[in-house]
Order: sequence, then C-alpha cells, then structure tokens
Amino acid sequence: MSEHVASGPPHVHHMDAKTAYSAAKLGMWLFLATEILLFGGLFAGFAIYRWQYLSEFAHASEHLNWKMGALNTAILIFSSYAVVLGVDAAQHGENKKVKKWMLVTLLCGCGFLVVKFFEYKSKYEHGLFPGTVDHITNIAFNSPEFNAQYKMFFGLYYCMTGLHALHVIIGMGIIFWIYLLAKKNRFSTDYYTPVEVGGLYWHLIDLIWIYLFPLLYLVG
Amino acid sequence: MADNGLGHIVPKKTYLSIFLALIFLTVVTVWIAQFDFGVLNIVIAMFIASIKAGLVAMFFMHLKYEDPLTWVYVLFPLFLLALLIGGVFLDAPFR
Repeated sequence: MSEHVASGPPHVHHMDAKTAYSAAKLGMWLFLATEILLFGGLFAGFAIYRWQYLSEFAHASEHLNWKMGALNTAILIFSSYAVVLGVDAAQHGENKKVKKWMLVTLLCGCGFLVVKFFEYKSKYEHGLFPGTVDHITNIAFNSPEFNAQYKMFFGLYYCMTGLHALHVIIGMGIIFWIYLLAKKNRFSTDYYTPVEVGGLYWHLIDLIWIYLFPLLYLVG
Repeated sequence: MADNGLGHIVPKKTYLSIFLALIFLTVVTVWIAQFDFGVLNIVIAMFIASIKAGLVAMFFMHLKYEDPLTWVYVLFPLFLLALLIGGVFLDAPFR
C-alpha cells in the first residue's frame, strides 16, 4: 500500500509540501486502480454466472435481507460524508473536529460490521453458509444435493462481501491512525495528506458497496 | 486549485448536497427494484449505481479538481475492467 508515502513527518525536505501532497495522492489513486481490478475480477465472475443462471441467481438473491443491505448502504454513505467533513476540518487545521469526524466514521464502520455479522449469522442458521446444514431439508451446503447454482451465488456473495468487509476493517485501522495523528495536533493548513489520502481509501470502500448492494440484494 | 493551501477546498454545502443526493438515489434504487422490467432491471440498477459512484468520486474524492494524470490513473483500470468483462461475454456465451 502507498500510505507510507504520506506517513512521514510534515517537514520532509526532498520535495516541497505541495509536490509531496500530490505525489502521495497519486500513489493512493494508483493503489485504488489495483483495487478496482481486484474487485473487478469478482464482478466479471458474478456477471457471467448471473447471465448463465439468471433465474437461480434471482431466487438465491431473495434469501438476502435487502433492508439490512439498504441500512448498510446508508451507514457507508453517511460515513463517507463524515470523512469529507473530517478532510474539510483538516484543511482548516481544526484537529479537534478531525478527531470527532474520524470517531463518527469508526462508529459507522462498527455499525456496518455488526449488521454484516447478523446477516452472515442468519445465513449460517439457515444452512446457506459453507459447512452448515439446512435443518428443515437436512441438505448440507457442501453436499452435491445442494443446488449448484445457489452455491455459486452464495460463493460469490461471501467472496465479494467478505473481501469488502476486510477492506472496511483495514479502513477502520487507517481512520483510527488518522484519529491518533489528529490527537497529536499533527494537521494544519499546510499538512493534511493522511486525512485526504486515507479518505480516498475509505471512499473506495463506499464506492464498491454502492455496486454490491443493488447487484446482490436487489436484482440478484 | 485554491491559491492558499494544498488542495481544493470544497464548500461544506456541496458535501451535504452530495450526501443527500446519494441517500435519495439509494431510495430510488430500492423503490425501482420492486418493478419487473425484465433485463432492464440490472441496467437501471447499474446506471443509478454509476451515478452514485460518479458523485462520490467527483466530489468526495475530489476527482473533479484533479489533474489529467490522476484521471489517467482512474480511467485506465476502468478500461481494463471493461476489456475483461467484454472479453468474458465475447467468449463464454459461445462455448
């Protein structure tokens, strides 16, 4: 990852502040480019199997709770809003406000993961999670009797949302690091690179979910 | 770019408008998904998602104020992704 570019002390002398800021940002955009392709592979996989098993994917999708998905969409959109307010505070050198908005973002991240936990838990209880058994039909998820197309849908669902949740957890680590820097009053109008660059990472997490939600929960 | 400071400072009002637009578009996506338009459902859903993604990228990620080099970094992976998905659909349906 490219965060280390931004983590140096504010007075690195091998380039001026503006160049250092732009270089750090460009580094993050390059990293985000690899992220788009990482998730892109999964999106391509989902697209082709959805095309192949259209009705099975639509039925499997009905097992997902769209209300929980919508709630998580709202949580992530609000968290992105909190991050930009944090960036704005940093641009004005208001470290206290940066701290506040990073805490709000962390709470949103926690909320998202709690909702996700209950969603996974419900799948676990209904035998729709790898290694579990449906207690009504007694069909194990891993057995050949389990509908192969359903298995493909849920396999992709767990890969995509699992990888996304991992990004939320890593993103929360970065947001917490920004919080600690703000606590030390490190940001000023001349230096707020970590907030802007860390914010870019957080927005990408929001951006990927913006596609995952309708794809998995609404149209299947 | 603003003369003082490192990057562009966006008015807080803009951020609030974008936030409200994103919530509104989420409601629209959920609402429209209950109707059956056949193959068009996925097209509409992805179209709205792309508007939302565009708003996040342009304003929250400040892409609107970035230089052409950053735009190349954004558009090139999207081109590769289109190539991947396009290639898959040129291949798999004819097997």
